[in-house]
Amino acid sequence: MAQLNAQGQPYEDETPEPDAPAPTPAAQTSGDALDDLLAEIDGSLQVNAEQFVRSFVQKGGQ
Amino acid sequence: MRVVGIETEYGIVDPDEPRANPILMSSRLVQACRSWAGDRTARWDYGGEDPLQDQRGFRRSRAQATPELLTDAPEFDESAGEVTLRRRRGSWEDPAHLNAVLANGARFYVDHAHPEYSGPEVTSAHDAVVWDRAGDAIALAAAQRYAEHEGSQVHLYKNNVDGKGASYGTHENFLVRRSTSFDDLARRLTPHLVTRQVFAGAGRVGLGQFGEAAGFQLSQRADYMEAEVGLETTLRRPIVNTRDEPHATRDRYRRLHVIIGDANTFDVATYLKIGTTSLVLAAIEADDERLDTLALAAPVEAVQTVSRDLTLRERLALADGDTASALEVQRALLEICRSYATDAGEAAVIARWEGVLERLATDVFSAAREVEWVAKLQLMGRMRARHASPEAPDGLPWHDARLAAMDLQWSRLGDGLATRLAAAGQVERIASDEEVAAAVATAPQDTRARLRGGIVAARPDVVDAAGWSTVVLDRETDHGHLEVVHLDEPLAARHPLLDALMAG
Repeated sequence: MAQLNAQGQPYEDETPEPDAPAPTPAAQTSGDALDDLLAEIDGSLQVNAEQFVRSFVQKGGQ
Repeated sequence: MRVVGIETEYGIVDPDEPRANPILMSSRLVQACRSWAGDRTARWDYGGEDPLQDQRGFRRSRAQATPELLTDAPEFDESAGEVTLRRRRGSWEDPAHLNAVLANGARFYVDHAHPEYSGPEVTSAHDAVVWDRAGDAIALAAAQRYAEHEGSQVHLYKNNVDGKGASYGTHENFLVRRSTSFDDLARRLTPHLVTRQVFAGAGRVGLGQFGEAAGFQLSQRADYMEAEVGLETTLRRPIVNTRDEPHATRDRYRRLHVIIGDANTFDVATYLKIGTTSLVLAAIEADDERLDTLALAAPVEAVQTVSRDLTLRERLALADGDTASALEVQRALLEICRSYATDAGEAAVIARWEGVLERLATDVFSAAREVEWVAKLQLMGRMRARHASPEAPDGLPWHDARLAAMDLQWSRLGDGLATRLAAAGQVERIASDEEVAAAVATAPQDTRARLRGGIVAARPDVVDAAGWSTVVLDRETDHGHLEVVHLDEPLAARHPLLDALMAG
């Protein structure tokens, strides 16, 4: 299949209309069950999100 | 019915000492796992010394081999299954490669700088979910034991990226017929591996191997796929991996080693990932030429295109000049695979596959209970919206550290966000908690894993080591050697010698 590789050409005529909206969750029916969880996460993230993300370092694996 | 298995490399962190050595932590975690397992564990058989295995791909028959060693042992009669002898060597375990073969037939060990759970061989997508979740439970139990022993914490993450360039894998293994040519296999499976992300992706915050651009994408692994076909698994990773190590009768089987997949915390994602791929493989084994119409013009680029397209509308160029969206490719594969569902389990996979594709096509958020990336995007969307203001109508931007932190916390074993969503009743389950608890202690009963796990559970005192296709016995005998029981047929769940020993 490599020899059929179109080298980046394929999408130029097929780009979806630029205003195709990325999905955004509306007020979901399941949403209310998430409110408490979100409030709790939000509280904990105010404190240390940046440091937590910075310190999550892994070695590459397979 | 196809033999499959899942391997998971977990991310590992000491939350109080982020710079702790991950190899050492992984080794101590495996040690803790052994402690948790009590006596019921065995070392790994690296099988360096299998006297009858020829590198040219065949095994000499017992009759031709070291008859002076084989004939005097009563267990070597024809009805006893294949057993060979191995000389004893000094026994030493490298702490950087510590292993535990477990009573459920799995292998828990140090792989590179990660703890890895390689699940036992199972024969259905449902059972793959059960023993995959059993692995999470075992890893968590080991981490608890670690905390008790070491006086420090270890957190495990079921994800595949650290956001700083490193990736570690969740690999699927599928037993396929040797008679199917590898070229056909690779060519015809690729469109599925590229497009199945729409339901199998775990979701990721950040674009690029280092997360250098802000945004959200469907898959953890997509940005690390750099070749169509290849042997590597740690660099220039290929969509289709060519490792030819069947761990089974070589002239009958290949073991297809799939490295493109994400680690999943959602049952339906794991279930569909395994179930659909197994069905596409059945179509390939049947030489179904309809698959050729789905060949992609540029598969490696398409992996990233699909992963970054949250609308699921982007058109992919096909090799024949046509185009199709990832969902259309999946619909076409589903139609082809209907003919290959041969039992109730596979029919259930088809039904779920169809339902999920339909929900994704209608409104992606209607699949939030089943598709992991959708649930993650939904939770993140809600978090972003909480912080919306007149100045920032979109709320938190994608580069905000809080979203990156949520992405990591999503997959933490024990108290991660995915676990908490499930506890809140927001995630559909394929396997019950009871099934998972049973699978922590018991091996699948319909594959050779029954023998490996069963002997470790019942007679650890006579097991020197075990591997995928061997159990090495160390017991009182006249010949004084180790006995290697060969389990080259993955579907053979019985063995006269091992069953006799297990029965006591």
